[in-house]
Amino acid sequence: MKRSSVIILSVVLLLFLVSWIWKASVLGADPEETNVWGHAFGITFAAFLTLAILSFLYRDNPFYKFAEHLFVGVSAAFWMVMGFWSTIVGNLVPRVSESLSKFFEVPFDKFAVNYFYFIPVILGILLLFRLSRDGGWISRWPLAFIVGTTAGLNFIRYLRSDFIEQVSSTFVPLLVDWQGFGHFIANLNLSATGQLALTVGNWVIFLGVFCGLVYFFFSKEHTGIFGAASRVGIWILMITFGASFGYTVMGRISLLVGRITFLFKDWLGLIS
Amino acid sequence: MTWLPLVSLTGVGTVISLAVIGGGLLWLLYRSLLAKEVDRRIIFLFIFLSVAAPLLFPITFEEEATPVVKAIFDRIESLPEGSRILISFDFDPAMAPEVQPMAEVVTQHCMVKNHKVIFMCLFATGQALLTQSLDQIMSEQFPDKLDGLDYVNIGFKAGNEGVLNVIVSDFKKMFPTDVNAVPYDSIEVFKGIRSAKDLDMVFTVGGGKPGVKEWVLFVGDPGRVPVAGGVAAVVAPQMYPYYPKQLLGIMGGIKGAAEYESELRKEYPQFEDVDAPGLRMMGPQTLAHMVIMAFIVMGNIAYIVQRRRDGQRKRL
Repeated sequence: MKRSSVIILSVVLLLFLVSWIWKASVLGADPEETNVWGHAFGITFAAFLTLAILSFLYRDNPFYKFAEHLFVGVSAAFWMVMGFWSTIVGNLVPRVSESLSKFFEVPFDKFAVNYFYFIPVILGILLLFRLSRDGGWISRWPLAFIVGTTAGLNFIRYLRSDFIEQVSSTFVPLLVDWQGFGHFIANLNLSATGQLALTVGNWVIFLGVFCGLVYFFFSKEHTGIFGAASRVGIWILMITFGASFGYTVMGRISLLVGRITFLFKDWLGLIS
Repeated sequence: MTWLPLVSLTGVGTVISLAVIGGGLLWLLYRSLLAKEVDRRIIFLFIFLSVAAPLLFPITFEEEATPVVKAIFDRIESLPEGSRILISFDFDPAMAPEVQPMAEVVTQHCMVKNHKVIFMCLFATGQALLTQSLDQIMSEQFPDKLDGLDYVNIGFKAGNEGVLNVIVSDFKKMFPTDVNAVPYDSIEVFKGIRSAKDLDMVFTVGGGKPGVKEWVLFVGDPGRVPVAGGVAAVVAPQMYPYYPKQLLGIMGGIKGAAEYESELRKEYPQFEDVDAPGLRMMGPQTLAHMVIMAFIVMGNIAYIVQRRRDGQRKRL
């Protein structure tokens, strides 16, 4: 290890210890706090991991790598434990065995007992054959069952919600609540729920869908009116991608605000 | 109608931090005009400053609910007292800063309207966040509300869309007890509810899978249950096609939460003193967006200047 690396590591460890002791002294002032040192360590370690991840913005470094590997390892372990307790103990045990239900302290439901639940258990065990070099092919059977079931289940739902309902939602009135030109002028306003805004909105939906579809129609050359509609279609797509990008920026900033709030509030106590 | 949001800048700190950020941006613009490169870490530093400064020296904005958010508020407002509403916390800690404020503000609204609320989650890691939110809101703001009578926490159940596929026809089959192992039949909130079809409304908060889309596909559309959603900003554009027919309203990102909080405060002034994380986060959001836009403009200026110089060199 290089001398500079040893110095940096020592400084970080020292800062960690100082932060831990300082946080413990702050938390110790609260008479209701029962686990001062444990709580202080948790907050300090969380702050260290946050800063370690953010340090990647400067450049790749061992602290970032440590936080990244720790996150992956803890996540894998967490999901394995959750899978056992929520799926096997939570969903299976109360439906197949009274004695196991007592052992795991989950309420046994005698009316829900169904030995067909052993089929997914067997399929689950077969999935583990993936780890075997010779019997790996056996794991394809449960995998095929999962893919087939998911496809079958989703096919009907998507067909209904994402196709039929969406097509139906595109059939919108191009003149909303039309009661004549005089009525339209008399009630003209720029409110988002007003007749003008709703009518314009419906026209945007109609033209947007139509021109968007034209852009993806490749059996005819995109020239003339057809080409113009196609160009409007690409503009619609670009605006949609722009809106997605804008929303993504907002989402990422929100997450950054969440982390900085944690550092300022829970760790440093700068804000209340 | 107010065209400009009412900005209340408090303290010298705010002015100084805004001056530092503005001055820094001008310096970068000057460097850009000289065609000098800006290190990407400088951009990160400015984003950090634009987020940190409004947190230390708060900048607040007045929000007005857009129709898509107002639709959710109006629906909860118009339901008769004691209506059964299901709120699903379908998110994990990674999404929490953005979507937890939505779940909390809708919970507050349902409670103040005396609706009966069923809380659940489809994310294993959402269980802890749900319990945390519920404990905080009920103990601090609604100590008179009783578990089982006014609300119930049925927690997490593994199975993703499979859970929804079952509860749309039989709730008890999937949730025989609540998180405290109280049997389904002895929970007052569940009286008269056999399936999700018997609910007056579902409000789901999420941003991943399963999330709002799955609720529409597996519960809303097949069961004809009114579903509203609060979504992480990243997926909000994908949810808009479902409004207003399949989703009765959408809260998109932290802006949606801020709009809802503002509407709740307007209608129920008792929430004026309650922390509103959505509104609080709009200060950093606005400043960060302005900085990002400034960088986009600067990048384009630098590009145009560079192109013009290259053109002049070629002519020479």
